[in-house]
Amino acid sequence: MYQIAGQEVTVPGDRGICTAPGKALMINSTDVLWGQTLLYTAYVVVMISVIIWFAYSVTKEGKTSKVSKTFFWGFVAVLVVVGFSLHLVTYNTIPWVKQDLHRGDTVADQQFDIVVENHEFILPAEDMVVNCNELILFDVTSNDLTYGFGLFRDNNSMVMQMQVVPGHRNDLLWEFEENESLTIRSTEYSGPEGFQMIVPNAVTVVGCS
Amino acid sequence: MTTNTAPTSSSKTGFFKTLIDGNEGGLEADGLTPAQKLSLRFVVIGLIYFGFAAIEGMLMRIYQIEIISFIGVEQYFGILTAHPLIGIFGSSYMIVFGAFLFVIPFMMKKPLWSLKVGQASFLLIAIGTFTFWFSGFISHYAALYTLYWPLPADFDQFSALGGSFFIAGIALVMVGSLLFVLNVFKSITYTPEGWEQQPGRALLSSALGFTGLANLFHNEKKEHLVPLPVAAIARGSVDVALNAIIITFSGVLILVYMIWHLFGVNLADTAIDALLYKNWYWWGLDLVADGLVLIFVAGTWYLLATLITGKKLFMQNIARAALAVELIVSWTVWSHHLLSDQAQPAILKIVSGELVTAFELITQGIAIFVTLATLWMARPLKMTNELKFLLGGLLGFGLAVPAGIMQADMGLNRILHNTQWIIGPHVHVAILVGLGMTLYAAIYALWPLLTNGVKLYSQWMSNVHFWGTLIGGIGMGAFMGMAGLQGMLRRTIYFEGEYAPYMWLAGISGALILIGFVFFMINIIMSVGLKGLLGIFTKSKLDTKDLVPVD
Repeated sequence: MYQIAGQEVTVPGDRGICTAPGKALMINSTDVLWGQTLLYTAYVVVMISVIIWFAYSVTKEGKTSKVSKTFFWGFVAVLVVVGFSLHLVTYNTIPWVKQDLHRGDTVADQQFDIVVENHEFILPAEDMVVNCNELILFDVTSNDLTYGFGLFRDNNSMVMQMQVVPGHRNDLLWEFEENESLTIRSTEYSGPEGFQMIVPNAVTVVGCS
Repeated sequence: MTTNTAPTSSSKTGFFKTLIDGNEGGLEADGLTPAQKLSLRFVVIGLIYFGFAAIEGMLMRIYQIEIISFIGVEQYFGILTAHPLIGIFGSSYMIVFGAFLFVIPFMMKKPLWSLKVGQASFLLIAIGTFTFWFSGFISHYAALYTLYWPLPADFDQFSALGGSFFIAGIALVMVGSLLFVLNVFKSITYTPEGWEQQPGRALLSSALGFTGLANLFHNEKKEHLVPLPVAAIARGSVDVALNAIIITFSGVLILVYMIWHLFGVNLADTAIDALLYKNWYWWGLDLVADGLVLIFVAGTWYLLATLITGKKLFMQNIARAALAVELIVSWTVWSHHLLSDQAQPAILKIVSGELVTAFELITQGIAIFVTLATLWMARPLKMTNELKFLLGGLLGFGLAVPAGIMQADMGLNRILHNTQWIIGPHVHVAILVGLGMTLYAAIYALWPLLTNGVKLYSQWMSNVHFWGTLIGGIGMGAFMGMAGLQGMLRRTIYFEGEYAPYMWLAGISGALILIGFVFFMINIIMSVGLKGLLGIFTKSKLDTKDLVPVD
């Protein structure tokens, strides 16, 4: 059961997603990417159809060959709205955007300090077990090159990632919603040795209903 | 352009005769002016380098399906490093520069300022490209085009000597590019010998958009002295110059580390702040992808639309203003490459990374609309090669730009950065379909002028090229994108066949592009003939500054 707009809702096909009582339904990277896939695919179909129609029509005599300025400015207005509203929509719907922007003011429930050096992740001594719906801070330090830090599911899909730049703080706040075991992988090229930077099952999420 | 509907000779003798002499006599190299030869040299070498990039691309596509045993991991990443650089500098720069050194005199109705400087540009870029490609091939210098500090100076992984040659090759390309920019602006503003004094300052003002800007605030509007496509070339050239300065500066910095290392002294790489370096490097590098490419492409669309229709451009003052906006936008969007860098200030991520980047949707949308409207108002049009490749180019950017806008969002970038989504639906669709097909359209449009009317050998081969590039390019981008959405990273190797179905389909699509390109090259060679092709590289027998032979 989830709460959306104050009402309890049952979502079919339980994937073990959970929310704390009173919290809105959380979405994860899989949900966001599905939405993106649907939207972009629909756009591609429309765009290709328009060009096919145009290519056919432009070779034919037509009733009118005029293009009104109103149509042009209307098109520009649509571009402006689409271009800027995308960020407003994602800011308000994708949970990690606000978390990321305000992470400096947020106290994490748990923090993991990770070091990267010589193409190796040096993980904390204790197992990296995190509780569902807690705020986890990953603080990753590089002692030599620029690397990436990404968490991946068993099916290789990405949960999240960030760049790991030497000489700077690389911290990412995250909230997990599924019981799962996650693999750490470097998501940035750091020379030919970098592709081996994989730590399987490094992070375990527990406690999701 | 006139073409035959099928290969002219089916017999073996006929085939070889056409191969040597060209279609219906082929290209008469002795009849080419120095200006024609210069542009053709750029284009021919640019196409050869495209072949390099295409073969490298296919090798990497196969590698992602199944590891190729004779290509080691170091070699693979060496290819990955050389591939985009040879594609951008060796191929795109060469073809674009060659075409523009012809278009500027053509539209300004005066000779190129300096054929010698043009020739120097050609040699520097051609030799520089081969130098960095060959040194990367031999030494496996593989710091990628991103050169994230301190990787380019990591001598535990890379040879400093090989790297020095690699960087020196890039530097030659940059010097050649700066000479091209010099030639562009001098050609626009100079006064040819024996001519009435040209208003150099007013021409420059018009080319850079200051005239248009001043017109906004004055009742008495000044006329634009420079045609719109030339204005686009001038504004894109500003980004070429700025990019060359930044890349050269970074290259010199890296060279200093390499040379000291060769003398046995290891400079501390912590002397350079990695994030600051990433910011200035991306500021400069992004002037290519989000600056000059978009501006040059828009200018080429406008040129093609007016050449194809013989009519004025729809809303041309707005189109001109959009080019000026695009130039300013190109200086302020770099931060969308650093949305996953947590130390990057949030204000830069939001303003530069998201909001300013969104302007590219608007400026490119305007360019696509203006081009389509210009074509529409002249209908019915004949579906020529230049028109269909132009439509392919418009479609390419129509697909790739929104994909880029999506990834330039803090929420989506968190789960898309460095995945195959970035390099598939955005980069490869933009370059192969958007830019590539636009350049092919320009080649077909300028072909009669550049070759003095050589007849194309086969329309059928042109069609194979068109469909191969269009379907292959969009298909490859789509399947790479699907893999990216499933978490497949770029810049790495998968050994367990994790994304095999997508990689097979992307590989087949890549093969279509390569097949299309092979047919295009055969078609071109059969049209001009090997004799004509080689003749492009000999000294012109016509002592003239004219663009095309007077007769």
